[in-house]
Amino acid sequence: SVVAMPTVSRVAVCGGTHGNELAGIYLVREMLKKRADGTEPVSVVTVMSNPRAAQLCVRYVETDLNRCFTRAALSAPVSETSPYEMIRSQELNALLGPKASAQAVDLLCDLHNTTANTGLCLITYSDRDWICLHICKHLEMASTPVRYVHFDIPLNEAYSLDSVGKHGFAMEIGPQPHGVVRSVIFSAMQEGVQLMMDWICQFNSGTLFEGGWVDVYTMVKNIDYPRDSETHVITAAVHPNLQDRDFCLLHPGDPMFLCFSGETLRYRGKEALYPFFINEGAYYEKGVALSLARKRRVQIPSVRSETLR
Amino acid sequence: MSSRTNISCLQEAKRVAIFGGTHGNEMSGITLVNMWIQNSAEIERNGLVVKPFISNPRAVEKCTRYIDTDLNRAFTPENLSAPDVEGLPYEVQRAKEINRMFGPKGSSDAYDAIFDLHNTTSNMGSTLILESSTDLFNLQMVHYIKKAMVPHTCSVLLNEHPQLKYSTTRSVAKHPIGLEVGPQPQGVLRSNVFESMRTILKHALDFIELFNSGVEFPPCTVDVFRVQERMDYPRDTNGNITAMVHPHLQDCDWEPLNRGDPMFLTFDGRTVLYEGANTVYPTFINEAAYYEKQQAFMTTCREILAAYAIRKACK
Repeated sequence: SVVAMPTVSRVAVCGGTHGNELAGIYLVREMLKKRADGTEPVSVVTVMSNPRAAQLCVRYVETDLNRCFTRAALSAPVSETSPYEMIRSQELNALLGPKASAQAVDLLCDLHNTTANTGLCLITYSDRDWICLHICKHLEMASTPVRYVHFDIPLNEAYSLDSVGKHGFAMEIGPQPHGVVRSVIFSAMQEGVQLMMDWICQFNSGTLFEGGWVDVYTMVKNIDYPRDSETHVITAAVHPNLQDRDFCLLHPGDPMFLCFSGETLRYRGKEALYPFFINEGAYYEKGVALSLARKRRVQIPSVRSETLR
Repeated sequence: MSSRTNISCLQEAKRVAIFGGTHGNEMSGITLVNMWIQNSAEIERNGLVVKPFISNPRAVEKCTRYIDTDLNRAFTPENLSAPDVEGLPYEVQRAKEINRMFGPKGSSDAYDAIFDLHNTTSNMGSTLILESSTDLFNLQMVHYIKKAMVPHTCSVLLNEHPQLKYSTTRSVAKHPIGLEVGPQPQGVLRSNVFESMRTILKHALDFIELFNSGVEFPPCTVDVFRVQERMDYPRDTNGNITAMVHPHLQDCDWEPLNRGDPMFLTFDGRTVLYEGANTVYPTFINEAAYYEKQQAFMTTCREILAAYAIRKACK
């Protein structure tokens, strides 16, 4: 049976949510240069989410913009003295949302880079959003692996910009250092956005997309660096055997950290899990050395856009 | 000088410093120096004093390259002689303080050697940076380190260029040595990069200990890459970059770049070729911190430097 879904008429592509993740920033700048001439099959709004941070080439100016989209943050009273990103998240919510309302854009694609060797990931809060899952299935790219990552968090508590759209995901591509644009990463992001737009156009014009199976990685927990109990200073680096091995199954007993003292610390969990965001630069201050996910195959139905009467 | 063969007799190097955090987001040096401030056993050697030191603590605290201005460009004669007034940029104040503690630059009271620890987003591997082609002590040390690191490669970058040379933090010492290890993103600590830097320093301190104990080091040659010019990104009239380092050049530090080789790829897919007449050896390819300094990469040429034998001067 085929699931009928509303057309994806309004799309937002956002870059520079973190001002030093350059592939998205340069891609949004290029997209903004092209004037819309009204012949586009889909209405796309292109947004530089955090222009002040992008100008300074820093992740954020006062607080991480991509943690400011919870229901609480979006409804908190703000004034001129509020942190810049708290004001900005409410502006973006007004422009692209409001979150959880009928006025919100149909799909919000938020462009990110990571220092971790993740390839291309679509990161979202749902494991049964057929639009997002079908887009992921469509994004088969020669240049990079494509994976679907799921954070099981209810919409109110969903904290990132992509949660503002009716459907949404972060398109995260690594590895790329912050403050650097690598041409293969830029090209992969450009191709990813193009393939997403191709799917949307085909979907909107009535194409039937066959169901199938998608591997979904659901986040289970984060692991912090080993730290000195008194000073809280990090005492080890991600182990060379784990570094750059995002999405390679981590078994109990596998090396995880190499202490500066020379000792190896091993994964003590009972369950083999999939590590990702291994050694992301921005996460040291959040106390995250890596995240761990469970993988399962999710069956997705065939979908077609519903014909409006 | 001996009549039998040329041997340079040089002063002992008794006072040595290791600087981390000259740039507050280059994590290998920061981590090593903080570790050695807590426990200095690994860096202790007979016959010398080794001081680990965080050069830009405010930048380290914020995990940013610098607060007001790049500390590693701040050791100019103007800055070092600037009067102590309010409103001086933080790094200029800091440069003056470091010059008081470890200099004065150019004087006989200055520290004998300073190792300044850096990381780069470029694929430079382990690199030693020299500022003089005639500093025999440094040439012999670099030769010793390279041999000790085999089979691991250690490249040597020589920046003696009259315009492109800059006033580094380490230039306060008689023998300044830069350690640059990459690739490592800013704000990230990679285990292999950290351990490489640690090993280079181990060999460097071993060399100084041997030298101070009276060991003679025979004449040697050192393969170096000499800085030629800085190549910027293509930019538009607003100063925004219009192209990226080409995929064929990305990560190819120290490999020959010939006329006609791809250099940049514009955002709309056009290739820009290298037009220089001679083969060059690019380095610092796509270093994050250099976008604002108008540098996509630096060109170098290969050279072989010769060093006389050296030994410690007799009292």
